[in-house]
Amino acid sequence: MERSDEAPQGAPLEIGGRTFRSRLMLGTAKYPNLHVLERALAVSGAEIVTVAIRRINLQDDAPGVLDVIDRERVQLLPNTSGCYTAKDAILTAHLAREALGTPWIKVEVLGDDRTLFPDVTELLEACRVLVADGFVVLPYCSDDPVICQRLEELGCAAVMPLGAPIGSGMGLRNPYNLQIIRELVQVPVVVDAGVGTASDAALAMELGCDAVLLNTAVAGAKDPVKMAAAMRAGVEGGRLAFEAGRIPRRLYASASSPLEGMIGTKVGRR
Amino acid sequence: MLEVSLNGERRQVAPGTTLASLLASVGVDASQGGVAAALDGAVVPRARWSSAVLEPGAEVEVIRATAGG
Repeated sequence: MERSDEAPQGAPLEIGGRTFRSRLMLGTAKYPNLHVLERALAVSGAEIVTVAIRRINLQDDAPGVLDVIDRERVQLLPNTSGCYTAKDAILTAHLAREALGTPWIKVEVLGDDRTLFPDVTELLEACRVLVADGFVVLPYCSDDPVICQRLEELGCAAVMPLGAPIGSGMGLRNPYNLQIIRELVQVPVVVDAGVGTASDAALAMELGCDAVLLNTAVAGAKDPVKMAAAMRAGVEGGRLAFEAGRIPRRLYASASSPLEGMIGTKVGRR
Repeated sequence: MLEVSLNGERRQVAPGTTLASLLASVGVDASQGGVAAALDGAVVPRARWSSAVLEPGAEVEVIRATAGG
């Protein structure tokens, strides 16, 4: 029996053979400093955290993000950001696995540097190879239901369609596609990119998406730590609302209070 | 001496130089966590850094995890 004063929890997220309580995944870029990043990570409750793979600065290699990520609590999700070909993404994934000791990889293959939209032909090839190489593959992809189905068929552990261009904060530009994707694939659907504020994250969850991955909306907020808390609340609220099952929309009002035993004369038309 | 490239920078090294000694020259050693190296487009596991001898024109990449979204 649930205690009457205990708020229900949303269902956990299962992905890549692991179970997570949090459905918020957080990026680590563009924070004012490492201290703010560390606090934002803690406050967000995120259990999946992305990092990029870059050449070591041979002149001056400063302390990095790994110093503020609690790897006991968090699954690292290295990405192949900045790659424009399957070949580069595959090499980056292998370097990430060697450096971090995790087979998890967010596969990002870009097709255009203004929109940062994925090059889906290169993406499919990279994912095909990386799944065969034993990686847990989470592809950043277009909000295209057919491409998401193809990625699932290849053996990806999730699909991560964009809500809007990376860093744009435009929110979910095509919620209907996200809904279709959620209906057509069995693997988790993670809305990756485009979230601007907590209501965007809540909407993604209300649509039935399984998780939200965001970065700029928190890192670029006036108060990143507070926004991390807002995103956590948005994701949790949206998920609970999805599981609770919203009421159907109706055009006309439906009185909340009982209509029996009312005092006075009925006014109004009809 | 022979010429190799390290993260896109050209370097002169003595014949017989290993990946381990090239990386040590820039302060990276195999006991360090969070780094990885590739030689001519293929990852070299850290246990093999000291046996990987650099050929003329070798292209070495050494990476680490950094902030990313």
